[in-house]
Amino acid sequence: MGVPSTTASAVSTASAGAVSATLPAHLADAVRDDAALRRFLHGLPGVDQVGLEQRAAGLATRSIKKAAKLWAIDTAIRMVDLTTLEGADTPGKVRSLCAKARRPDPERPDVPRVAAVCVYPDLVEVAVAELAGTGVGVASVATAFPSGRSSRAVKLADTRLAVEAGASEVDMVIDRGAFLSGRYGEVFEEIVAVREACGEAHLKVILETGELATYDNVRRASWLALLAGADFIKTSTGKVSPAATLPVTHLMLGAVRDWHAQTGEARGVKPAGGIRTTKDAVRYLVAVHEVAGPRWLDPHLFRFGASSLLNDLLMQRRTQLDGHYSGPDYVTVD
Amino acid sequence: MGNNRTSAVDGRLPVTKTYKLYVGGAFPRSESGRVYQVTDKKGQFLANAAQASRKDVRDAVSAARKAFPKWSGATAYNRGQVLYRVAEMLEGRREQFAAEVGAAEGVSPKRAQADVDAAIDRWVWYAGWTDKVSTVLGSANPVAGPYFCFSVPEPTGVVGVLAPRASSLLGLVSVVAPVIATGNTCVVVASEERPLPSVTLSEVLATSDLPGGVVNVLTGRTAEMAPWLAAHADVNALDLCGAPEELRADLERAAADTVKRVLPAPATEPDWSREPGVGRLRAFLETKTVWHPTGV
Repeated sequence: MGVPSTTASAVSTASAGAVSATLPAHLADAVRDDAALRRFLHGLPGVDQVGLEQRAAGLATRSIKKAAKLWAIDTAIRMVDLTTLEGADTPGKVRSLCAKARRPDPERPDVPRVAAVCVYPDLVEVAVAELAGTGVGVASVATAFPSGRSSRAVKLADTRLAVEAGASEVDMVIDRGAFLSGRYGEVFEEIVAVREACGEAHLKVILETGELATYDNVRRASWLALLAGADFIKTSTGKVSPAATLPVTHLMLGAVRDWHAQTGEARGVKPAGGIRTTKDAVRYLVAVHEVAGPRWLDPHLFRFGASSLLNDLLMQRRTQLDGHYSGPDYVTVD
Repeated sequence: MGNNRTSAVDGRLPVTKTYKLYVGGAFPRSESGRVYQVTDKKGQFLANAAQASRKDVRDAVSAARKAFPKWSGATAYNRGQVLYRVAEMLEGRREQFAAEVGAAEGVSPKRAQADVDAAIDRWVWYAGWTDKVSTVLGSANPVAGPYFCFSVPEPTGVVGVLAPRASSLLGLVSVVAPVIATGNTCVVVASEERPLPSVTLSEVLATSDLPGGVVNVLTGRTAEMAPWLAAHADVNALDLCGAPEELRADLERAAADTVKRVLPAPATEPDWSREPGVGRLRAFLETKTVWHPTGV
């Protein structure tokens, strides 16, 4: 568990430059060195598992109907990061996804655009060209997604590849191996390094909560990422099951809310993977409203990482407006 | 535990059946929690049946859509085997069906038995059609060119079936069997007044080899469910057989909005005991024509 002193000093250098200047004293103190970081993360209150799951389940029963439902659907559409992360992705597929992002339902121009398109770094160029001038962002996964198992140099090069191709958002994965074996400083340092490589681009940090095993770890990882300067904390890659769950998202929203209370900065949350239906999406929106607050019901602070969710949102939107049930024949296959 | 709940014969408590819906291979209660009273022809109470809501219609359509690729992709021979297996299961429940049909329709036990037998025979008849329908309704077309040209019938998709109102088993079998024999899946709205045999038929379907979701049976108010079924964009065809007269025009109009294939209702309920012909098989088939270059 011991961390070499070089790592500890690197933490302090990075934090002195990029982070601590704006942080309140006790948080600046937390990133002073590796021991302080560990002390801070392990000093976070433990998570009441039963309470958390009950609260998540309780809020999930709330019924959203009619005009409120329509509003929720449109809000959810604006929050979607339309994602394709397959080995078989082609420029053609990315182009058709971009067309869908620009105009999700071609028969109804009043449907809002999605927040961003999320692709692998080598396809960012294609997406950027397609989406220029539309206001739809291009997000790229980076840092040896989805496993994060590579050297620091490769991860940074991966990030730069995406940013130089024009990505406005970078989704990085943390090194879960390092995190789970307690090498927090290493994870922190890596996020800070990627943060710097991102330049202007927003940084989303994927915690891969499905591999973190406990809620306590999720809370620690959330704070770790926030301390290191993540603009968003994201639940999962979508490649590991379980992906996003309501309790985990509750927990992360709570961390973001607390961060805002302590620093005044609003950071975002992005659940990703396994959210397929409008019903699920509405449950997440209720959680956002109740846990973080109404301010977070905004694409700048909350996103859905999803591919099939958009089609269901569009079908439900049609159902609401047409007065009869819609079907998959009326949305694009992608 | 009053005397009225105790069987007079042997003092046992009667085990009464809960009549539920059949959706996606399971027997759920209505999402709405509602039930309605089913009576015999003289108005005597028979049972409470589930009263399905529009959300049950929605769930049933999703289940039918989900079952469609596998059922339509099964070989015709396999579908025939499965349907024949259903007939075997029906045969094993002849007495139960005869009693239920007799109670529902108010006919003599002899007539009820004859109806049940005819229904089983009808099912076997349609089971036999599964691997013959493409030969009879398809063709190899003569064309002026170096091509083969084939027309093959293919299933339409999810079919909404409004079951006949009077004939509770023979009529039901006569409209459901041809729909699934050709590879469609269906959502059946059972006869409003006489739904009990349809629930028992569901139990037969559930215990045969028919994949869940191929047939979904909803009991309740036809006038409540039919408009949702007719307007549902994920339903491809509609059989109006048991539609109430005053609703038929509206249902056809709603179906036209999403370009459904509609089989109009006959003016009066037909005599189901007559030879059915291939009309109902043909009604829910699309013809695909392919040209293929002849080998050189």
